[in-house]
Amino acid sequence: MAAPRYIPPYRIISLSSIFMYVVLTVSWAVFSGPTGYISLASAAFFGIGIYISAILGQVFFLPVVIFLGGLISFLFAFLVGLSTLRLRGMYFSIFTFGLSELIRHCVQWWEVNIAGTVGRWVIGIDHTTVYYGMLVIVLMTLTMAYLIKQSKFGLALQSIGESEEAADHIGIQVNILKVITFAFSAFFMGACGALMATRWTYIDPSVAFNPLFSFMPVLMAIFGGIGKIYGQVLGAIIFTYLADILLTKFPYYYMLLYGIILVIVIMFLPKGIAEGLGKAIKRWQKGEDGKGLQHLG
Amino acid sequence: MLKVSEINTFYGKLKVLWGVSLGISENEIVALVGANGAGKSTMLNTISGLVHRDSGHMEFLGRRIDGMAPYKIVGLGISQVPEGGNPFPDMTVHENLEMGAYIPEAWRRKEETLDQVYEIFPLLKRRAPQLARTLSGGERQMLAIGRGLMSRPKLCMFDEPSYGLAPLLVREFFSAIKSLRERSITILLIEQNIQHALEIADRAYVLESGRIVLEGKSYELLQNDYIRRAYLGI
Repeated sequence: MAAPRYIPPYRIISLSSIFMYVVLTVSWAVFSGPTGYISLASAAFFGIGIYISAILGQVFFLPVVIFLGGLISFLFAFLVGLSTLRLRGMYFSIFTFGLSELIRHCVQWWEVNIAGTVGRWVIGIDHTTVYYGMLVIVLMTLTMAYLIKQSKFGLALQSIGESEEAADHIGIQVNILKVITFAFSAFFMGACGALMATRWTYIDPSVAFNPLFSFMPVLMAIFGGIGKIYGQVLGAIIFTYLADILLTKFPYYYMLLYGIILVIVIMFLPKGIAEGLGKAIKRWQKGEDGKGLQHLG
Repeated sequence: MLKVSEINTFYGKLKVLWGVSLGISENEIVALVGANGAGKSTMLNTISGLVHRDSGHMEFLGRRIDGMAPYKIVGLGISQVPEGGNPFPDMTVHENLEMGAYIPEAWRRKEETLDQVYEIFPLLKRRAPQLARTLSGGERQMLAIGRGLMSRPKLCMFDEPSYGLAPLLVREFFSAIKSLRERSITILLIEQNIQHALEIADRAYVLESGRIVLEGKSYELLQNDYIRRAYLGI
């Protein structure tokens, strides 16, 4: 993982996209997993990062651009959170989705009418740098997810998901906790967008704010298992890899095949493949025990 | 300890509480009784800051609490055991209790408090690793009371603790609630079941359509003609 020198370039590129989806999925799940507020605004935060990179890429040093991409996404998510987190369930999801689309159209309008362009060039950076940068962001995202999960705030977020009223009763500052966690998850999406933009070199609003970036993290987390960080990571890795294979092998049917695989997983492993794996390991251990007992008998 | 005066509360345009005043002294057990829809739960939620009072004044241990955020009120030492328990179903019993100690002052001493709660309800200790959704109705109520105690309250408010429990269990719970007095916890109890409530409370207020219509010592109220006719059916 740490030695891309010996890996062919296309592998490095595909590893970087796997990292990107790991970041999007895990940071999405930090907020939406325990609270059950299914956000479909990932594309908005990711896209903001991409545009920050396109606008400020020439002005600042890369790490600064990445940080700013995260920071502005954070601030934006904070404002969105303040105004929308009173919405619950389906309404929240639809609102966040609408918001993401609204931003796309606003940026489009701005570019055409005010900036006078459609797309923008982003200064390209070599694949190895992108790879290492993504690796750092992945590690930071995982660390944050782990720390939140371990702390009392992780449990508090889960209590909000299970009964917001009871969470209020025991003295959890429900709204503030929700807004801040939402903003933190947006930070990593924005940072990730700012870095990934350098790989695409040319971007326009429909690339940067592609709704797929909102849907994929949700699907990947469900696929892997929302409740466990390793499940989310596994989901992101397998799904991205699968997409690569399906896209090259079945360019016309790949979305269809994708859908079928997802349906099968949800039907047989409602808690994701992490659960399936956990069960398999347990069964295996039991099997070993069984053998041991037979020996004794 | 708690002084509530002239509280008016609305749900939108609907006025639910009409100038309600009540007071609780330290180490007292006070019941707030009344029929369904009289405004009892609204009164509790107003005290704990979950529902905003429209006008009126509330004071706890000499500090004004009307208009204060719920988490600050919990921090001052008021905790509420909600109706039906309302546990977090997909969290374990242990995690549910831990969450009760969420506020910083309680979090620091949560292991100690946890031992005390297990002492009051030993059954919870045996159920600790179980998910709350697998508990029976009575166990859920125990869990809710335990969670309410985890914040180390000075005043604990119970919303219909007898709700949905078998009569035998109700007696058990009420004696458990009564025993909290020995741990210097003051109690405000909401009940539809007036007979039970008056048996353990020192004093009671009778709430009807959002107004206090009667108040007094429990044994006096048990003798009161109006109460006997309207609530006890004697």
